[in-house]
This record gives sequence, C-alpha cells and structure tokens, in this order.
Amino acid sequence: MNDTAVFKSGVTLAVIAAICTAMVAMTYRLTEERIIANEQAWLERSLQPALSGLFFDSGVTESKIVVPPPHELPGSEAAIIYRVYAEGAPVAALFVVTARDGYAGPIRMLAGIDVTGLVTGVHVLEHRETPGLGDRVESTKSDWVKQFDGHSLLDPEPAGWSIKSDGGQFDQLTGASVTPRAIIKAIKETLLYFDAHRDEIFAEAVTEPDKEEESP
Amino acid sequence: MTPRGIIDRFKTGLWHENPGLVQLLGLCPLLAVTSTFVNGFGLGIATLAVLVASNGLVSATRRWIRTEIRIPIYVLIIASLVTCIELIFKAWFPSLDRSLGIFIPLIVTNCAIVARAEVFASRNPVGSSIVDGLVMGSGFALLLMAIGVFRELLGQGSLFSRLDMLFGGDPMRGLVFTDGGWLLAILPPGAFFSLALAIAAKNTIDRRRRKNRHSTMPRRARKLSQ
Repeated sequence: MNDTAVFKSGVTLAVIAAICTAMVAMTYRLTEERIIANEQAWLERSLQPALSGLFFDSGVTESKIVVPPPHELPGSEAAIIYRVYAEGAPVAALFVVTARDGYAGPIRMLAGIDVTGLVTGVHVLEHRETPGLGDRVESTKSDWVKQFDGHSLLDPEPAGWSIKSDGGQFDQLTGASVTPRAIIKAIKETLLYFDAHRDEIFAEAVTEPDKEEESP
Repeated sequence: MTPRGIIDRFKTGLWHENPGLVQLLGLCPLLAVTSTFVNGFGLGIATLAVLVASNGLVSATRRWIRTEIRIPIYVLIIASLVTCIELIFKAWFPSLDRSLGIFIPLIVTNCAIVARAEVFASRNPVGSSIVDGLVMGSGFALLLMAIGVFRELLGQGSLFSRLDMLFGGDPMRGLVFTDGGWLLAILPPGAFFSLALAIAAKNTIDRRRRKNRHSTMPRRARKLSQ
C-alpha cells in the first residue's frame, strides 16, 4: 500500500466510525428514558416480595442506606438497606445481602424484616445455582422461600434456623441442600444484625438518592 | 430477484446451508441460551436483526471499503449494531434482556455474522444482501427456537414458559405437562445432545431424500448418475 492508499483507508475508517457512533448515540438518546424507567421499575418490583401486606406511605427506594464492608451482615460486599415508614414511624427494613456459600457462587438476595423482627419476605435476586435443583429458590419457580414469612429470631430458636436434615425447622429442596443452607444462614445473620442495630437502622437520616445508584 | 429465487434462497438458509446445522457457526450462544423457547426466540430474533442490518450496511458501503481494512470495518459495523440492539432490548424487553444477560452483547462474536458479511454482503447488491441476512438469520433463529422447545419440554416438562418476558405482565408458566423433568436436558450437556440429535435428524432426512430420488429415476439415469 502506498501513502495515498493508507490515507484513503484511514479516512474511510474514520467516516464509518463516525457514522456508527452517531447511530449508537441516536439509539441511546431514544432509549435512555425507557431504560432508566425500567431499571427503577425493576428495582421497585424486586422489592415488592418483601413488602407484601405492609402498610407504608414512604417511597421505598429513596430511603436507602449503603453499609460498606466490613459489616456483620452476610456477604463481603456492601449491603444495601431500604427502610419504609408509615406517617414517619418505622415499618420495616429491606436488606439486600449476599449469601456467600451457595453451590455455584454467591447468591444475591432480598430479606425484609418488619420493625418487630418478623420476616416479611425473602426473594432471591441473582444466583447461579443448578437449573432444576437449586434454582427452585426463585419465587417464580417454587414457593420454597415463602416458608420464612412471619418467622423471627424467637420463632424458631436460633438452633432451629437450619434445614430439617440438619436438625432445624425448615424444608430443604429435593436434591439441593447447599443452596437452602446458604440462604437460611444468610437470613439468620440478617435477623441477628437487625436485632443488634435496629435503632441505628431506622434513625439514620433519609439520604438523597444519588444518580449513580447501584441496583441490587 | 424473482420470487422463485427468493424461495430457493430460503431453502438454502433454512435447510441446506443452515448456519447452525450445517456451517456450525455461532455455537456458543446456540448452546448457552437454548434452555427455554423464550430465550432461544429472543436471541434468535436479536441475531436475525443484527444480521439483516449488518448485511445491508456492509453491502451499501462495499464500494468504498478497501480489502485491507474490511475486517475492522465489519467489526465496527457489527459492534455498533449489537449495541443498538442491546439498548432496544433493555428499553422494550427488560426481563428478556436480564435473562439472556451477556449473550446479547456477545452477538458481536457470532461468526455467522462476519461470515455472511465477508462471503455474501461484500460482493452483492443491497437488496440481495438483506434477503441473505434474512434467510440465514431465520435459519439460525428457527434452530435456536427448535432446540429451545425440545430442551424445555424434556428438561422442565413445559412449553412456552415465561412468555411474559416478551409481552410483559406477571410471570407465566406456559403449558405445563409435568412438574420437573429430565434435568440433563437443561444443563449444558443437554445442549450438545440436542444439537447432535438435530444434525443427525437433518442428515438422515437428506440421505433418505437422496435415496428416494435415486429409486424413482429410470434405470439408465441412475446408472449415469453413479
């Protein structure tokens, strides 16, 4: 290739790069609003399972606290707590935590605890458990996670917070005991944390939602 | 192009030169996402859209592209198109996007797309290239859907579950025949088995057809063709 050919190729590449960039930029502009709305809606919707049957009048996603590691909650990354209030009085706290010891890596989950310490709902957000076995912890696939609703640290006693084959009170999943064990342990640790820090959690001022919110 | 020619092209793309069954291109997404019909359908449609658009663009710009720089330009065009498709999925099919995850951006690496740009679009007019993208893309998409249906039926005992990812609304379980199924089918080995069965089935049908054609031919013609 001589110099003119190199120059021409360079110009062609630059023009096509500019056209492609323009195309992506336009699509981005057209979809940006919907994407942000979708992410917000997804976040609110994914918090719903932990809010069923509660009365509250505050926005959920605005009352977020990020607990940086190290903390006593399950998981080694930052945990997120959303709080809901009714007429200014605390109603419940939703924890986005990570159960570390899943069968195939960490399990990101949501645990809701009301102000008296009862579990209001548990929901698995992200996992890589085996399809057909461990993935039945997803609420779309089975009702397994519903069995924790209404339980607390007193009911059952701490020793009962494990699967039946380990001498506890909760059902396991056929063919998968590692996943339920990890989730139950994470719920128990979250309950213990809530018990020790309840006043701090609800006392902390509501923070302004910043733009770079990380979704759970 | 005559309607007859287009029909022939579809036969080629869907059967004789199916990108997945015959050319064995794009196997990574083919094997990874086909655990259900919806996933196969979503990725199939996304790949089809990218293939049609990239064939069109490559063909439209083929006069100005020097052969030395054609590959970087194909990559540029395909990568931009995939980014657009990803944004569109995020905006209109958010749950499908979540379910397919990394495999939408990975369409960039689907060699079926670069292959069509290089083999066909860079040498043919725009209309014909778009038709080529359409037939090859549908061949790939139909294979993804077929394997999705097969694996979902065997592995979960259901059909068309989670169609809500396409149309929105509450999670739908689809047609449920049994509760649970043959687990292996939805695990990665099941993908390999399903593809192998599909290829074997295609080859069997082809061979049988060839035999039939032979036996219906007059004896002299059969002798000549041997």
